[in-house]
Amino acid sequence: MSVSYKLKKGFDIRLSGSAKRVTGGEVTSELYGVRPPDFPGLIPKLSLRPGDRVKAGTTLFVDKIRPEVRFASPVSGILRAVNRGEQRRILEVVVEREGDEYEDFGKADVTRLSREEIKQKLLMSGLWPAIRQRPYHIIANPSSTPKSVFISGFDTAPLAPDMNFIMDNSPAHLFQTGLNVLARLTDGKVHLILNGATEPSAVLKNSLNVEVSYFSGPHPAGNVGVHIHHIDPVNKGEVVWCVNLQDVIAIGRLFDEGIYHHDRMIALAGPEVIEPKYYKVRNGIAVRSVAENNIHKGDLRIISGNVLTGSNTGINGFLGFYDSLITVIPEGRYHEFFGWAKPGINKFSFSRTFLSSIFRKKEYTLDTNMHGGRRAFVMTGMYEKVVPMDILPMQLFKAILAEDIEAMENLGIYEVAEEDFALCEFICPSKIEIQSIIRQGIEIMIKEMS
Amino acid sequence: MKSLRKKIDKIKPHFSEGGKFEKLRSVFEGFESFLFVPDTVTSKGSHIRDTIDLKRTMSVVIVALLPAMLFGMWNIGLQHYRSVGAEAGFLQMFWFGFLKLLPLIVVTYVTGLGIEFIAAQIRGHEINEGFLVTGLLIPLIVPIDIPLWMLALATAFAVILGKEVFGGTGMNVFNPALTARAFLFFSYPGWMTGDKVWIAGLTKGKDIIDGFSGATPLALLAQNHAEALPSLKEMFIGTIPGSVGETSTIAILIGAAILIITGIGSWKIITSVFAGGIFMGLLFNLIGANPYMEIPFYYHLVMGGFAFGAVFMATDPVTGSQTETGKWIYGFMIGVLSIFIRVVNPAYPEGVMLAILLMNVFAPLIDYYVVQAHIRKRLKRAKVLLNTAEK
Repeated sequence: MSVSYKLKKGFDIRLSGSAKRVTGGEVTSELYGVRPPDFPGLIPKLSLRPGDRVKAGTTLFVDKIRPEVRFASPVSGILRAVNRGEQRRILEVVVEREGDEYEDFGKADVTRLSREEIKQKLLMSGLWPAIRQRPYHIIANPSSTPKSVFISGFDTAPLAPDMNFIMDNSPAHLFQTGLNVLARLTDGKVHLILNGATEPSAVLKNSLNVEVSYFSGPHPAGNVGVHIHHIDPVNKGEVVWCVNLQDVIAIGRLFDEGIYHHDRMIALAGPEVIEPKYYKVRNGIAVRSVAENNIHKGDLRIISGNVLTGSNTGINGFLGFYDSLITVIPEGRYHEFFGWAKPGINKFSFSRTFLSSIFRKKEYTLDTNMHGGRRAFVMTGMYEKVVPMDILPMQLFKAILAEDIEAMENLGIYEVAEEDFALCEFICPSKIEIQSIIRQGIEIMIKEMS
Repeated sequence: MKSLRKKIDKIKPHFSEGGKFEKLRSVFEGFESFLFVPDTVTSKGSHIRDTIDLKRTMSVVIVALLPAMLFGMWNIGLQHYRSVGAEAGFLQMFWFGFLKLLPLIVVTYVTGLGIEFIAAQIRGHEINEGFLVTGLLIPLIVPIDIPLWMLALATAFAVILGKEVFGGTGMNVFNPALTARAFLFFSYPGWMTGDKVWIAGLTKGKDIIDGFSGATPLALLAQNHAEALPSLKEMFIGTIPGSVGETSTIAILIGAAILIITGIGSWKIITSVFAGGIFMGLLFNLIGANPYMEIPFYYHLVMGGFAFGAVFMATDPVTGSQTETGKWIYGFMIGVLSIFIRVVNPAYPEGVMLAILLMNVFAPLIDYYVVQAHIRKRLKRAKVLLNTAEK
């Protein structure tokens, strides 16, 4: 019998332009990119030089500190460019697609492999980075053994893709193989968390070798951090791994077919999208090839991921390693005359200080305007309303700002990631960059513990 | 609006770094962002942000204060014309009160905002909106006849020593408006207590009808004149002498409703202050050692500054308790102490101000214990898991 959790705290941002349950088919692009900044804390070390030929699965770069963690090319072709930013930090490794060749990692029956052999295969193929760990929400340490593995079967973020629709159109047998692989990596359980508010896809419901639980409630009820907190919380010294739903399929394919074919279905959504819908793409696809002919003209922000946690890639960027959504919203570069004093019948807010809280609209077009200046912490008791965990957000933020390691530990730094507090950042009337504060706290902890 | 925007954009370079009026940058930004919400866009973290900002938050509090302020203006007139025994119409009374109160508001804002502007410029910050509320609270909690220079001095004291030395808005320990009142209370007690200061013109004593007393209900009780108390209805509506904003319980309750519905004021603090007051009032009723203890407990809620303090002072998020559990304790203790000081201490007819300031000091301690309890619970969770794992 599976357990159901009903969460009350949280908030659904009613952003317009959600994707319809139709697919625009498979989309390919000329260029594909792997972005080291997708992996916080990573220092990449290049394995190839521009001009080198690669296959899908060829290692492009490795983690300088743990060189066994490899990052692979999503397609076959030629390594075209290494784009760098400030201090020569590598921002993108770009591959020009040519042909359709794969590195052969060999088919394998997961039941016959040892745990070490399984890990080796994942590491060699470049799929390892798909496995992340709590604490810290970074790429899992291959030498550790997690007490459990979590897979979130739904996403509650604004305009998030409907995972039931995606799984209905995905190969069930590969998903099952992926689950079997993950089950071999832990001595504990593999948890699959499904949306308690909808009828889950048959692929999800019929999966074996997993412990299914149901969560329902407003965002962030779909965040894996929230699931872990309620089912198997991370205490000091403990490790839990988590994998994105569609990456489980890629893992399954690696073992069933022996190739690194890291594809997924993504949604193109947002108020500036003409016809929001789903596409099948390879990891790292150029955003332009998906969005170009399906978005309005104007000053737009194109985001890989959702509006709360995604990254601003622009039209020339690439899909993030962990993202299955491209959101397009208008930029908000305008002055609003007495904007703070207006009754605000059309202004979307978590607070009840605008008339929109009485005259509710179903959907709102939201832009990137800050709607105010940066101020000190003044209001209290707001963050708590959007954090469905037994954690005191304000006290945790302050402990991080004070760099108080012991307080951070006590207040739950091991359990959290930026994404779990993205809503705090959204609702904050003082416009404080809370996700940056959390990442800063995590970095302090990593440094302290190493 | 476009022409105004153009003008601002034209003069803006003079106020930015390296410009002619660089020293006035914070002031310029303050005025600009008052007129226009800035055009800044998100650069990291969440790409969209809530439309609420601190200006909106503070303006909700100001709107919530308006009923008490408008009633106060009318009541100033009412009390004055009563004291001279003259007849006057509604508008006449209101106009009289308006003219009396306006200088107080202007002096407070000019003094306080002036200091805030300078402090913001020194720190290189944008101007914080906190004083917009403080600047309206101060005139509402002082006697109407207070000399303006005293008010200016008290405001400066509250802003500089009560707030800026701690690091400005968000960092202060004491509620700034109450700091100003406490400053006046202890420096110029003759202007803050007694029977004459609460009604406009009474201190000068001109044309006052014989035997008229301007004593507040609390003063009457402290002088053992419980029989002279106004009726409960009068005290609830607020047609009694007292500080400008505190007399009308009903106007304050309208403000409380605005704060609670919008979620800007903590309903937990407001209700727990009232609960604490009722608890202490009932306790004194049970003891009944003197006439003051015997007055019905609900009288305490409508007399003096109890309601005003509960709704507008105790709810200050910066100086109050910051944990949700802590808010219950914090509010309850304010209620208890207010009534306790009122009844037991003969030197201070009113206890709300001291109760809130005292609890301002204890709020971090309350929070400390709430957070420690939270941490213990979390550690226990870790141990329980460890034990089940071993089995």
